[in-house]
Amino acid sequence: MTGIARRMGARPIHEERDRDEDRPGGGGAARGTSSPGATGRRWRSHNLPLLLIALPALLALLVFYYLPMLGIYIAFVDYRPARGVFGSEWVGFENFDFLFRSGDGWRITFNTVVMNSLFIVATLVTALAIALMLNELRDRWKWLSRFYQSILFLPYFFSYVIVSYFVMAFLDPDRGLVNHAFGLGQHNWYAEPGYWPIILTVVSVWKGVGFWVIVYTAGILAIGPELLEAAQIDGASKWRQIYHVILPILTPLIIVQLLLSIGNIFRADFGLFYLVTNNSTLLYPSTDVIDTYIYRSMTKFGDIGMASAAGAYQCVVGFVLVVLANWLVRRRNPENALF
Amino acid sequence: MRRRLTVTLPDRAGRRQAPRLSAGRLAVHFGLLLCALAFLAPLMLVVSASFSSEKGISEHGYGLLPREFTTRAYEYVMKDPSQLVQAYGVSILVTVVGTAASMLIMSMLAYALAREGFFARRALSFYVVFTMLFSGGLVPMYILMTRYLHLRDSLLALILPYIVVPWSVLLLRTYFRALPSSVIDAARMDGAGELRIFAQVVVPMSGPALATIGMFTMLTYWNDWWQGLLYINDDSLNPVQLWLYRIITNVEAISSNPALAQATSAPIQSLRMAVAVLAITPIIGAFVFLQRYFVRGITVGSVRG
Repeated sequence: MTGIARRMGARPIHEERDRDEDRPGGGGAARGTSSPGATGRRWRSHNLPLLLIALPALLALLVFYYLPMLGIYIAFVDYRPARGVFGSEWVGFENFDFLFRSGDGWRITFNTVVMNSLFIVATLVTALAIALMLNELRDRWKWLSRFYQSILFLPYFFSYVIVSYFVMAFLDPDRGLVNHAFGLGQHNWYAEPGYWPIILTVVSVWKGVGFWVIVYTAGILAIGPELLEAAQIDGASKWRQIYHVILPILTPLIIVQLLLSIGNIFRADFGLFYLVTNNSTLLYPSTDVIDTYIYRSMTKFGDIGMASAAGAYQCVVGFVLVVLANWLVRRRNPENALF
Repeated sequence: MRRRLTVTLPDRAGRRQAPRLSAGRLAVHFGLLLCALAFLAPLMLVVSASFSSEKGISEHGYGLLPREFTTRAYEYVMKDPSQLVQAYGVSILVTVVGTAASMLIMSMLAYALAREGFFARRALSFYVVFTMLFSGGLVPMYILMTRYLHLRDSLLALILPYIVVPWSVLLLRTYFRALPSSVIDAARMDGAGELRIFAQVVVPMSGPALATIGMFTMLTYWNDWWQGLLYINDDSLNPVQLWLYRIITNVEAISSNPALAQATSAPIQSLRMAVAVLAITPIIGAFVFLQRYFVRGITVGSVRG
């Protein structure tokens, strides 16, 4: 008995064959079935230990995911720290009423959805273009296209704190490269909300595109050379190959990823909007999104009511969108659905 | 190999054989090269700023090459590296402990979910997936962490919120399912219990999968500043990213106040860039050596959706 780990870990395939010989039905067929009869024994030897093995992570999920879900309740009370969550007075939808009557609710919703839409479209187009370009270079100087892919992937590894340093090196009013290179004097980019939809889109694409290039490259590689060779024999140009062979095959993958992104359109990337903008108050007209609003209401103003109302609103609408997106994905391609 | 095969067919030999350096291919190379350089530019900007003199920076701004090359900023950091060492210490501790604990309990859960015949498999899978769909949001989490769990200014506040990542659990489950079930059955026949099968059979067979998910977990912990921003006020508990964030806000405060800026002899502009470079270095190292694990993880993850 002592050696099972080493033996099996080292050569699973051989072991598999040896074992299968002395058992009727073979490994695959016998999977999951236990010795005949005795469900009680099966429970003790199989289900209970598995439940115990799963338990630590299940508890962690309970505490850090499910308990906060119950906390949505906070959005419906007039929260007083001294009285605790359940001692505070029930006020119904008053917090939500406040949020939307002040106009804040609509503004942050608009910013979140518009900005995320920009990011989704820009990242999709750029990633597809780069993946197709890399594919063209695949059969020669492979190391060079691998090098391109690596560099494009690099920003994925930087935290938004570091990204905010990078952006500042470009846009700092006194010392930034942009102002010096183009002789713009001390143009204060951090005071002009109009530019930031573009700036943040560029940053978001820069940071995220490498990830999607890898996803789409994997999709293209899965096509296999036969189809493309057939197209070549038929005399199809590169463009026609892309339009009529590669893109149609990638379409399901693209649609699935797109739907899942749209499902998350209500969730903004806090680091991007908070750190990269230096949390500059002057930029709020275009960069204040649901997540930054919640954070600010809670930590700066201590307005738990507004913060929790915005949070509950985000969670519920986000949930509906994700479920809807997943339902659409499922209809197209059950394999790719989240659940 | 395939190429040699096609060469024998005369009508497409010209096309398939060694794609020559046509103008089109050169253009694609040129475009991608430009793209790659643009992607690296921010990094170059920060690195060269860290090697520039204060005077050079204030006169010419940040550049892709150092202005008046000097290592003064790094000397300044090294003169009193206590903050740097402390922040690194916190980050390393959180990353190592967090990754180890997280990988252990996530793979245990994933193993149970992967076992066919486990009665709660479907229900518990849903229990995991549901956390990806719905969340309580920031406010309840914050109140839970500070008021009920009393984790303010505790390193546990940096570890626990990420200890189970549902997405990683599902990926691990996919990996474990792909293991040959006959091996597990055989171990059971030998009388091994579930925990023993997990520890001595499944884990040793899943090296690459665990490494892949482990890399993502490590990256999450190392790059995190968000939990710190929420729960850490004590500067001695700053992880590297949070420390960097505090520096950028402090320097903004100093440089917007001329009196303060005069009073300090520190090369603040190049100094903060030097600190940023010191924080980036381990990430670049990890990137160079471990990139293929990440690529594999993404590829597997995306195939499943």
